[in-house]
Amino acid sequence: MSIHHKSNWELLKNGMFGENTIFRMAISLCPSIAVTNGMKNGVALGVSVMFVQTMVNITVSAMRKFIHPKIRIPIFMLIIAGYVTIIDMLMATYARAVYREIGLYIQIIVAFASIFARAEVFASKNKIVPSFFDGFGMGVGFLLAMIVISFFRELLGKGELWGISFVSGNPLLIMVLPAGGFLAVGLLMGFFNWVDMKFYGGKGASGV
Amino acid sequence: MDFAKLFELVVAASLINNFVFTRFLGLCIFFGVSRKMETAVGMSITFTAVMVVSAALSWVVYEKIMIPLDLTFLKIIIFIGIVAAFVQSADTIMKKVSPALYYKLGVYLALITTNCIILAVPLINAGEKYNFFESMAFGLGSGLGFALALVIMASIRERLEVADVPAPFRGLPISFIIAGLIALAFTGFSGLITL
Repeated sequence: MSIHHKSNWELLKNGMFGENTIFRMAISLCPSIAVTNGMKNGVALGVSVMFVQTMVNITVSAMRKFIHPKIRIPIFMLIIAGYVTIIDMLMATYARAVYREIGLYIQIIVAFASIFARAEVFASKNKIVPSFFDGFGMGVGFLLAMIVISFFRELLGKGELWGISFVSGNPLLIMVLPAGGFLAVGLLMGFFNWVDMKFYGGKGASGV
Repeated sequence: MDFAKLFELVVAASLINNFVFTRFLGLCIFFGVSRKMETAVGMSITFTAVMVVSAALSWVVYEKIMIPLDLTFLKIIIFIGIVAAFVQSADTIMKKVSPALYYKLGVYLALITTNCIILAVPLINAGEKYNFFESMAFGLGSGLGFALALVIMASIRERLEVADVPAPFRGLPISFIIAGLIALAFTGFSGLITL
């Protein structure tokens, strides 16, 4: 029994652009601001989320016939928390420098609405292969958003990219401050809405 | 019990390290319920109450069960379980004991489990090794800080309804930019108290 009518490629594309977690759906916003003051942190968190999202989708899809619908919420939570614990320990061991800065936000992945939503909406109703592509696409979309935001913030705020400095002079300090995160996401979101309205005839998303 | 330390913790958690503006947690809820003052106030009350109780609960479980049994590596799973169980039982009890209150605030209870602050507070408490009262003070402070952020944001967004915002920025983008400006103001608190 499957309810989707899309090819795997369409699923991937949907996750990456159509329903991009941050810019279109506007959920799981906390890390998009918290860890995007440098590209290293942004990519580290993006990859962690991609891993958790993909694995959760696969697991939920594989177990969908055994999970009783009435207790599905705690079970999804447990599955997500399990994978987050795995990635948390891996990061703490193999990426100490990054982990010291973003450790708390890795643990917070448990409370991500986007991961839970995909498990509930998609993986619990579909076969393993489409679920994989759906989760992977969503993860890649999240990673892309993190890269875009942290690219601008690190470049403008520190004059560096990936820790390598190549712009001399005074950088725009506000961009790495907390306030800059909100401003960057707001401006980028507005820009993507503008592109959507101008070239694709959309009505502009995110009506929250 | 050192009251000065507790007071400092509350102030530090609510103003200096405000969860929304300097730690960036709970943003989904922050942007989700700050459209109207009424919902913002309801959420603030519910959230602060849940925060204090769950900080206390998870402290007890962490110190008295997890540390003696050497289970600290499971803290993510256990904390989210405690919060979810507490919210669920509060929901059930409130429905039975005080239907009027439930009718007003029940809907926010369901939303709270998706708020990352609720998980961050026990994790930070465990990391900083706060004692029982300090944990509760930290929970209270972060609840108050979140409430303050919500009320400020809601009062601005209510006026924004009548403002002429450029079409691509309507809705969320402009709210982000406003939040950025408020965050800039909140950086003024940094250094007020050093713990």
